[in-house]
Amino acid sequence: MSDETTTGLNNRKILMWVFLGSDCMFFASLIGTYLIYKGMGVPHPGPSDVFDIPTTSVSTFVLLMSSMSMVFAYAYLVRSNIKAFRIWMISTIIMGATFLGFQIFEFSEFYFHDDLSPQTNLFGTTFYALTGTHGIHVTVGVVWLGIIFYSSLFRNTVSSKTNLDLDLAALYWHFVDIVWIVIFAVVYLFGTFKGFPS
Amino acid sequence: MVTNQKNEINKSDIHEHNHPSVVTYFKVAIALILLTALEVVVFYFDWLGYGIIPVMAVLSIGKFSIVIMYYMHLKFDSKLFTYLFMAGLILAMVVIFWLMALFGWFN
Repeated sequence: MSDETTTGLNNRKILMWVFLGSDCMFFASLIGTYLIYKGMGVPHPGPSDVFDIPTTSVSTFVLLMSSMSMVFAYAYLVRSNIKAFRIWMISTIIMGATFLGFQIFEFSEFYFHDDLSPQTNLFGTTFYALTGTHGIHVTVGVVWLGIIFYSSLFRNTVSSKTNLDLDLAALYWHFVDIVWIVIFAVVYLFGTFKGFPS
Repeated sequence: MVTNQKNEINKSDIHEHNHPSVVTYFKVAIALILLTALEVVVFYFDWLGYGIIPVMAVLSIGKFSIVIMYYMHLKFDSKLFTYLFMAGLILAMVVIFWLMALFGWFN
């Protein structure tokens, strides 16, 4: 499981945690920029003109459930139950792809029906930059999990002895989930909350 | 030295196998669903005004924490991973609040 390193910990796992810590700062800069600029310049369309909270709540639910199935896949791989591992892996991939489908639907709705493009106003620019970057992260995660699933199915290279490969992918996947937890609250819920004094 | 290293390795192996059971993972998922549902319900309480900010902050931090502790195994893995991640996270929060202060958000 672990290599003989000076820390006694696997270097790849340390590297993954360093990457996730640095990715926090990357998303922080995007969230900070969004918060600063969303109300500046051309006011409409703004967050309350375009966001549909029930739809985004469903996509948030799907992403949260994908984290659960990801952790199930990992747990079953560690226990050498390959069949259950594959079932939960494909579930995770499907839910990740579904979340991306929701995002594509949302973006097309904003672009074609609400006339919100990245060029429309500062809200559009910062919103698409933030959620688009998150979407790219999800896409990378889906491809990564897809490669592991393919390797398990056709190359038979995934086993409890190589679970670190899945562990790293799972860490990345859960990170994408926690970033969305923040985006959902800060961008969507705060953005359309009607109780703020005007 | 070599013995110490091997002891460390053995410890980290034990941590790997001390990860929660599937039942615990399921309970965490239920908690995440409930907290998300609560967020959406609170969202419709217009009378909260600015009071929604601390409420949402608590709910989001709660969800964030249980994911990193249980699903990302920080509660069970080496503390070094926690330090590495928290360093990035704290810097990230400083970046957000510093940017907001710089642009007069709190005036």
